[in-house]
Amino acid sequence: MEKKNNWKAWLYLAPVIILMAVFTFYPLINTIGISFLADYDYTTGTSSGFTFDNFAFVLGLKGVESGGTVSYLTDVIQYAIPNTFIIVIVTVPLSIIIALLIAVGLNSIRWVKSVLQTIFFMPYVTNAIAVGMVFAVIFESTGLWNYVFGTMGTDWINNGASSANAMFALCVYIVWHALPYKILIFLSGLQNIDKQYYQAAQLDAAGKFKTLMNVTVPLLSPQILYIMITSFIGSFKEYSSVVGLIGKPGTSGDVGYRNMYTIVYYIYDSIAVNQTHYASAAALMLFIVILIFTLIQFKVSKTRVHY
Amino acid sequence: MAVLPFKRKKQETFVEDTGAMKGSQNIDTKKLKLVIRVSNSSVETIEKRDKVLKIISTILVYAFLVVMALVIILPFYWMIITSLKTDTEIRATTQTFWPQIIMWSNYADCLGRFNFPLYLGNTLIVGIISTIGTLITTIFAAFAFARLEFRGKDTLFTIFLMTMMIPGEMMVITNYITVANLGMLGEDNAIGVFAAMIVPFWVSVFYIYLLRQNFKQIPNELYFASKVDGKSDWNYLWRVMVPLAMPTLISIFILKLMGSWNSYVWPNLVADNENFRLISNGLRSSFTATDGNPQYGLQMAATVLVTVPLLLLFIFFRKYIMRGVGRAGIKG
Repeated sequence: MEKKNNWKAWLYLAPVIILMAVFTFYPLINTIGISFLADYDYTTGTSSGFTFDNFAFVLGLKGVESGGTVSYLTDVIQYAIPNTFIIVIVTVPLSIIIALLIAVGLNSIRWVKSVLQTIFFMPYVTNAIAVGMVFAVIFESTGLWNYVFGTMGTDWINNGASSANAMFALCVYIVWHALPYKILIFLSGLQNIDKQYYQAAQLDAAGKFKTLMNVTVPLLSPQILYIMITSFIGSFKEYSSVVGLIGKPGTSGDVGYRNMYTIVYYIYDSIAVNQTHYASAAALMLFIVILIFTLIQFKVSKTRVHY
Repeated sequence: MAVLPFKRKKQETFVEDTGAMKGSQNIDTKKLKLVIRVSNSSVETIEKRDKVLKIISTILVYAFLVVMALVIILPFYWMIITSLKTDTEIRATTQTFWPQIIMWSNYADCLGRFNFPLYLGNTLIVGIISTIGTLITTIFAAFAFARLEFRGKDTLFTIFLMTMMIPGEMMVITNYITVANLGMLGEDNAIGVFAAMIVPFWVSVFYIYLLRQNFKQIPNELYFASKVDGKSDWNYLWRVMVPLAMPTLISIFILKLMGSWNSYVWPNLVADNENFRLISNGLRSSFTATDGNPQYGLQMAATVLVTVPLLLLFIFFRKYIMRGVGRAGIKG
């Protein structure tokens, strides 16, 4: 019986294994390989050998020579990497804290709870491009944001807007879009916390804030760890939010101006112009950075997370 | 025994005898009254203060939640009213919260630029075929992982789960090369382009994980009973497990369909031809950011058309969507 089951099991798994071999495992190895190939052209499959230069090129350390002049790629080191890190550092903590407060608030009320819960989940079921375009209207120089805050005429995302302004608008949009998932996960975690802990805290005359920091957060730590890991990965990969909100990589009429580049934006641009070796190098570096961040979080969680 | 005091800081707690023990061995606990005294204020004032504090904190919680809910809902509201405004009103320095003239014509006009029926059709084709494919592969794999025994099961499952940590861009680069070199991306190669948008998404490790958890909850007795009845594994899977896991399968179906509706990056890469575009790509390319003065009324009418079907889906299947998504946070 064991043996009979054995080959049957592999038969059931065959579709998934074949598809993953073609579209997950082979690509993973192949992409790592391509990142070490000089001048790789995917249409012909040719390259001029093994090299580390792709990484140096992406980081702007090494130029390419054409017609006697050496040109360096500065967009990634100057814009894409700083922008990506700003997005990560600003939006991840901000969205986690706001989502946590909303979830704790929702968990403590009864009246109209499900109505509010539904509203808070709405951004999750929206199209990133469509809502990005709505935020573009809101951040118009004569738009709602400027009208409400009395800053009429300020350019946030239009041509001529400063990088800082565009980044601000982008972060507002990313946090707005990131909230619902986090609220839902936190709320389902909160509902599983035993009421006894809160009764104990009340007997000790612990205040609301103290209870939140010393009871709720530690008991919610598995969910917080999960959300931290997934949102770090997600915000390192921001791309369609920029496309939705700004529609192009820069806040200028000049097509070559890419002050709103992110790492993944660069990767997709490079694929489209047959520079997959640079795209692969950038993707591999991104993967390693994400891996390091994830491992650090697991390491820290060993002492902080209570299961 | 009249007073049982214990002191902590300024707080004083004791049990007051209000005749509970009078002349009797049996203590009437109902007549015992717990007295807490903090710096000489009586129970009544403390209770009153607690009540007031509770009301204030409840009001603050509601105020916070309502303000945040308004922030969440405002972009939706703004999208709808902007889609009904005239261009001059949209660009006026005094913004209005209700359109002065309701421009239903924005919707008719936006269809001239934004080919909604075409993109809708493309998205539904891609969405439905990739969803059905995913459901089939997911059911098979989840069944093998949950029910069958084979060597290397745990190792394989761990490897599958680990792939979820890898950024998709690593795969996208080679996958693009694969489909391009297979000649699937020609200008007029409808079958090739659609296959490229569908086939790579026939596998989802996350849904395999989700369904496996669900399959595992089905008691073993059912399996052995069907074995005794001489039913095959195949029969058991389709007659017992699939019907029992129907809520999870519906969740997967809807989430996957929503995924196709929202997917932008990969279709943008493979579908060059205007006629093969999916809804997000069609929306972005119909209203490019390089337009001199974008006609926001038409743009917002188009975004309403893209957003409303999803919101309707959400309203009708709220339970399935929220359960499917929320399940991720419960580590198993």
